[in-house]
Amino acid sequence: MSDDELVRRLRSRDESAFAELVDAYHPSMVRLAQTFVSSRAVAEEVAQDTWLAVLKGIDRFEARSSLKTWIFRILANRARSTGAREQRTTSVDVSDESAVDGRRFDAGGTWSDPPTHWSDDVVERLSSGPFVSQVRAAISELPGSQRAVVTLRDLEGLSSKEVCDVLEISEANQRVLLHRGRSRVRARFENELAKQ
Amino acid sequence: MKLPTLRRDIVCRQAVELVTDYLEGALSRRDTRRFEAHLRACDGCDEYLRQVKATIEALGRVEPEDLAPETREGLMELYRQFLED
Repeated sequence: MSDDELVRRLRSRDESAFAELVDAYHPSMVRLAQTFVSSRAVAEEVAQDTWLAVLKGIDRFEARSSLKTWIFRILANRARSTGAREQRTTSVDVSDESAVDGRRFDAGGTWSDPPTHWSDDVVERLSSGPFVSQVRAAISELPGSQRAVVTLRDLEGLSSKEVCDVLEISEANQRVLLHRGRSRVRARFENELAKQ
Repeated sequence: MKLPTLRRDIVCRQAVELVTDYLEGALSRRDTRRFEAHLRACDGCDEYLRQVKATIEALGRVEPEDLAPETREGLMELYRQFLED
């Protein structure tokens, strides 16, 4: 179903178009909202408010972005202000953070403790069903802004430009947050695998 | 004045910080060449890049939770109320 067609049906108050959108995006919206607010219940409320805003605003949708990006952007704005009212800090992460623990390099910056090889079997295991709970845990431990970017890029599959649109951040900032988030998740997987 | 470090090779600690920019296509052509040259000569960093790619792959497999029927019904109810108002 194309955006044009969905928008046309929504504007003509076609209930099945709304149902299709809810099926397609609601779980993802709750997942994104959770990166800004304190609980699942609050995230559900934010997503619900977003649907009302979508219904009220659909006549003004100008297709400058995809419908999904537009909806996610409304959601992110609302989740951010709700998170701010809850006094959750989602301020931009400017701290110095290395991708890899500095103690693993020698004084010249060369690996002294290089990563252990992940065999094809290991790589496959990371993407397998039983490992999913580890992956979810790794994501949930990320600082909010990194988690939002990783969720949109790597879980939702949005482009970097779309992520910048949704979160209203610069391309450079997006890359820093993505880098830190992915680096943390890789390091966590590495620790997890070392235990097994 | 010291010469800029244009021609100096990158070391592992720098290479791991360039991985995302490399994958995003955000490195200059010169930095891309330096990064790739480093990877060819360094098994540790080559493995590191492989692990980041595997990490991205694993992240991409995580589906959002299923929509609960009662949540869906609640949203459809919200829709009908919206139309009545």
